[in-house]
Amino acid sequence: MKLKNFREIKEGAVLEAGTSIENKTGGWKTFRPEVDFKKCIHCMRCVIYCPDSCIPVKDKKRLGTNLNYCKGCAICEEECPIKCIKMVRK
Amino acid sequence: MYKDGEEMKTIIKALTGNGAAAYAMKQINPDVVAAYPITPSTQIMEDFSMYHANGLVDSDLIRVESEHSAMSACVGASAAGARVMTATSSQGLGYMFEVLPVVSGLRLPIVVNIVNRSLSAPLNIHCDHGDSMSARDLGWIQIYAEDAQEVYINNLLAIRLAEKVKLPIMLMQDGFITSHCVIGVDVLDDATVKKFVGNYNPEKTLLKDDITIGTLALTDYYFEFRLQQIKAMNEAKKEFIKIDNELNKIIKHSTGYFEEYKLKDAKAAIVVMSSTAGAVKEVINDLRSKGKKVGLLKLRLFRPFPYEEIKKALKGKKVIVMDRSISLGANCPLYSEIKNSGVSNIHSIIFGLGGKNIYDEDIKDIFERALKNKLKEIEYIGVRE
Repeated sequence: MKLKNFREIKEGAVLEAGTSIENKTGGWKTFRPEVDFKKCIHCMRCVIYCPDSCIPVKDKKRLGTNLNYCKGCAICEEECPIKCIKMVRK
Repeated sequence: MYKDGEEMKTIIKALTGNGAAAYAMKQINPDVVAAYPITPSTQIMEDFSMYHANGLVDSDLIRVESEHSAMSACVGASAAGARVMTATSSQGLGYMFEVLPVVSGLRLPIVVNIVNRSLSAPLNIHCDHGDSMSARDLGWIQIYAEDAQEVYINNLLAIRLAEKVKLPIMLMQDGFITSHCVIGVDVLDDATVKKFVGNYNPEKTLLKDDITIGTLALTDYYFEFRLQQIKAMNEAKKEFIKIDNELNKIIKHSTGYFEEYKLKDAKAAIVVMSSTAGAVKEVINDLRSKGKKVGLLKLRLFRPFPYEEIKKALKGKKVIVMDRSISLGANCPLYSEIKNSGVSNIHSIIFGLGGKNIYDEDIKDIFERALKNKLKEIEYIGVRE
């Protein structure tokens, strides 16, 4: 990719909004969460606690974690009341 | 905007330096002011709070719990598109320090009045320029005022300049000497000030546009953003003189990058900033009446620094640079810059640290010894050696 020169970039490093969607930061992780959906009660605790908001929800059910942004922090594993989330090596 | 020969609408008000800053802020009527009190700048916010309480300004006055919060609140407000001002001194500026390069890096035109006070330790509330000088390389424009009159005009100038070049500005005045002494100040009427400063219309703001500010720029882009700031500083030098000339048409007292006082034919010249210039002028009048050719260059604009203009003004003279701050382990800030401008016959005088008084006799002695070639390269005045 050709980098822009100083005349072509916005003063103050101002960017359009929503760049965190473009910037896929999931590559940082060492562990990824694995959910046992047979046990999951969809209490939404993991959804609320996820610092990257990368657990999608549809029809009041949590879906699989979006690994494009999940950094493997294991907070969901820690907070899950029925312990149905396990961190496994990537 | 203003026709030549148009009658000036000024009245004289009895104001301290702090009072002049607050009065200018009242007339500018910024959208947001966030501040935390600290001696000797406290009175600026006291006066401004009074204007606010009496409904004379529309500003949102944010009373924060520290200077770090004050400058941080200013950043948020400025990014949201507000015209923002604040005031501080000494350790207060020290506590703002982390946010200062953020302001200039984000290119937010915040104007802060700094009432110069020495840095701790030992604890001291009196004037030297150690506080603002320690912040001289953070991408802020710096303008120093001799008296309350200059404090007033500098505030009006700074709002226009900051918003034109998208750089923040520090406005300095000497703690207590300027900030607490009452003088007659020519002030404009509110309508003229309103017309002069105009409205602030930033290109993009957090409130109106979908933007991200405070982004990351690593090895690929950081240097490029810094280059933009370098260019903006060069631009600020040109714009300063344009706006200063415009201001001079509606209120006299503007003197450009620096004031030359009986400098043209002077053999020896003192270079100094802020209130000490007043005492130097007195001494010059006295020595001139005895036929001694002495003069003064009083610098206003310290960042960006007007090297070429200063070199031209001081050509062929014996130059005595008086610093009210030190750079420990190196030459003093003002002396270094004057030397960098290519002036050769030059002496460094360090005086007034921690508010130590300097007297007419001291300045007279400096001039007389300079004329007799008896001045050392570096001298400390007023300290028990």
